Amino acid sequence: MARLELRNVTRRFGDFVAVDDVSLSIESGEFFTLLGPSGCGKTTILRMIAGFDLPDAGQILLDGQDLADTPAEKRPVHTVFQNYALFPHLTVAENIAFPLRMARRPESEQRSMLNEMLEQVHLVDKAAAYPHELSGGQKQRVALARGLVNRPRLLLLDEPLGALDAKLREEMQVDLINLQRDVGITFVFVTHAQVEALALSHRIAVMNAGRVEQLDEPSKLYSAPQNRFVADFIGQINQLEAQVVEAAHGHLRLAVAGLGEIVAPPLAEAKAGDKGVYAIRPEQVRIGIHDEVSELKNHFSGEVKSLLYQGDVTVYRVGLANGAMLEALLPNSASGRAQLFEAGDAVKLGWRHDAGMFLHD
Amino acid sequence: MSGPPFVFLLLFFVAPSVIMVLASFRYPGEFGGLAPLFADTQTLHGLTVETYEFFFSDIIYGYVFLKSIFVALATTLICLLLAYPLALLIARSPKKSRDLMVLLVVLPFASNFLVRVYAWMIILGPQAAFSQAVNGVLALFGMEPVHLLFSPFAVLVGMVYVHLPFMVLPLYTNLEKHDPALLDAAQDLGANVWHRFWRVTFPLSLPGIFSGSALVFIPVLGMFAIPDILGGTGDMLIGNLIKEQFLGTRDWPFGSTLSIMLTVTVLLIVWLTTRLAGRGRHYA
Ligand SMILES: Nc1ncnc2c1ncn2[C@@H]1O[C@H](COP(=O)(O)OP(=O)(O)OP(=O)(O)O)[C@@H](O)[C@H]1O
Ligand SMILES: [Mg+2]
Repeated sequence: MARLELRNVTRRFGDFVAVDDVSLSIESGEFFTLLGPSGCGKTTILRMIAGFDLPDAGQILLDGQDLADTPAEKRPVHTVFQNYALFPHLTVAENIAFPLRMARRPESEQRSMLNEMLEQVHLVDKAAAYPHELSGGQKQRVALARGLVNRPRLLLLDEPLGALDAKLREEMQVDLINLQRDVGITFVFVTHAQVEALALSHRIAVMNAGRVEQLDEPSKLYSAPQNRFVADFIGQINQLEAQVVEAAHGHLRLAVAGLGEIVAPPLAEAKAGDKGVYAIRPEQVRIGIHDEVSELKNHFSGEVKSLLYQGDVTVYRVGLANGAMLEALLPNSASGRAQLFEAGDAVKLGWRHDAGMFLHD
Repeated sequence: MSGPPFVFLLLFFVAPSVIMVLASFRYPGEFGGLAPLFADTQTLHGLTVETYEFFFSDIIYGYVFLKSIFVALATTLICLLLAYPLALLIARSPKKSRDLMVLLVVLPFASNFLVRVYAWMIILGPQAAFSQAVNGVLALFGMEPVHLLFSPFAVLVGMVYVHLPFMVLPLYTNLEKHDPALLDAAQDLGANVWHRFWRVTFPLSLPGIFSGSALVFIPVLGMFAIPDILGGTGDMLIGNLIKEQFLGTRDWPFGSTLSIMLTVTVLLIVWLTTRLAGRGRHYA
């Protein structure tokens, strides 16, 4: 049985549908992420799971039990809020012990659970400090500890790393992965940062305008997005207008604007005449001046129009002879130089025929 | 401390207090005022501690002080009990209606203080509907009718009525600043309505409770107009006593002594409560 199940959950605010017929199932011990742009309904879903809001239609089941009649304070579900919401009048230890006291656990048990948690999040020496005496990362860890200490069946995290700077964020991501593995509690994590989602999650539900666009493992989402929105939202991708010319068993033949006819991997639901885009990730596009590129099935000549040096990699924007503009990404590790090509260089672009894909509009 | 606050304090607190202290060691003048410091006549002049001896020799003054402190405490407590739900209601109302509600709270200030107190004379008077209703209910239980006006009850009603806004406003200002996410967090972590109030809202509102209580307690302790009007003749508080020294018996030195005692009492109580309140409140 799934730990958490959403069945056709819908939430409207007036005429506006914030969450639109969402169904998903989260397994025990999973690190599950809701990923989507601002306003797509992520927080609304979390609030319904936590019990602060009720669905207008559909059901939310925890271990098979409908939560509809259980008030927030009775749900074995805890939340880490975006701005932590630590109690300013309580010390770190009192904050973390709060759910234990509310659950009326025996004193001795409270103490041992508290101490164990303090050690787990490395806050033993801050136990007597007040929240305003803590750094952002420490507050973050208090909030996490407070959510985890009473061993909820589900921990909800609403953009918990949003308020931290980039460096700390990366550190906390590692901590979060380790912590989740150690405590074995199911996490439902909300973020609009795709890099974070890819790094942390076992599975991700990509959301848009209240709907789930795709639910998959991170690598699947990246390599096989099911539609333009997902392809666009997760990482960088080149997109060119395309139409299906022939849908055969082993391949698709596409007419791509600016490239002409191209062969792409097959797609079950595609048929001749379908319109959409031909999409390819920049790192799949090989760029060179020699003939090794020409040996690839899809290859074109072009000119470097501009380049974006990013330290570890450089992104080249290449205008092709037949009008298309493509981005190609090259790591800077191999050469001792910062970049291999200059703007104005004549280059060849090429990629394996299974690197690109057709996506419906 | 330096700069404008210091000048302010010097001008409006220290200077008057010093004048009072000096006056308390003088003899009263023949027709009010103070007797001269230097004179070659037989009349009293120079400095004396007579007023202090007088104050401590008669138990009646200690009694009036205690009674006044009790009235001030009772008023503060009743104001707190009435104001807290109201302030909470305003603070949790939609933003648009809050300003209107605050305006309604301070609206009584638009009319004269004395007029408002006299209005209570009418409300509590024996012919008024309120008194008759109260006595009607008492009669149902076979009890004697009571006289509401000119009683400690009337004084308390007047005190509470006049000072209620001074409790509501600081409480509201405090409660309005509370982050609603804290209540969500508390509920999320298992706290029911009762625990959410007593473990989150209430402790966070303590600064508001203390400033509201000070704003009610201190003026009530020195108040003379309300007991004068609503309390009848038997009900003397410190304020009445002091006023009597200056305007009635014209004994300025003793009036000054009483004022100093009042100031010392207030400072002592404020010091005590801030010490108590300061314990365990490290948050901003
Ligand atoms: N109480 C409410 N009343 C009216 N509209 C609401 C309410 N709560 C949310 N909405 C709307 O529902 C939509 C989804 O809101 P939600 O907070 O779930 O978005 P989100 O995905 O969490 O966005 P963000 O990443 O910005 O936090 C938004 O357009 C928001 O304006
Ligand atoms: Mg949100």
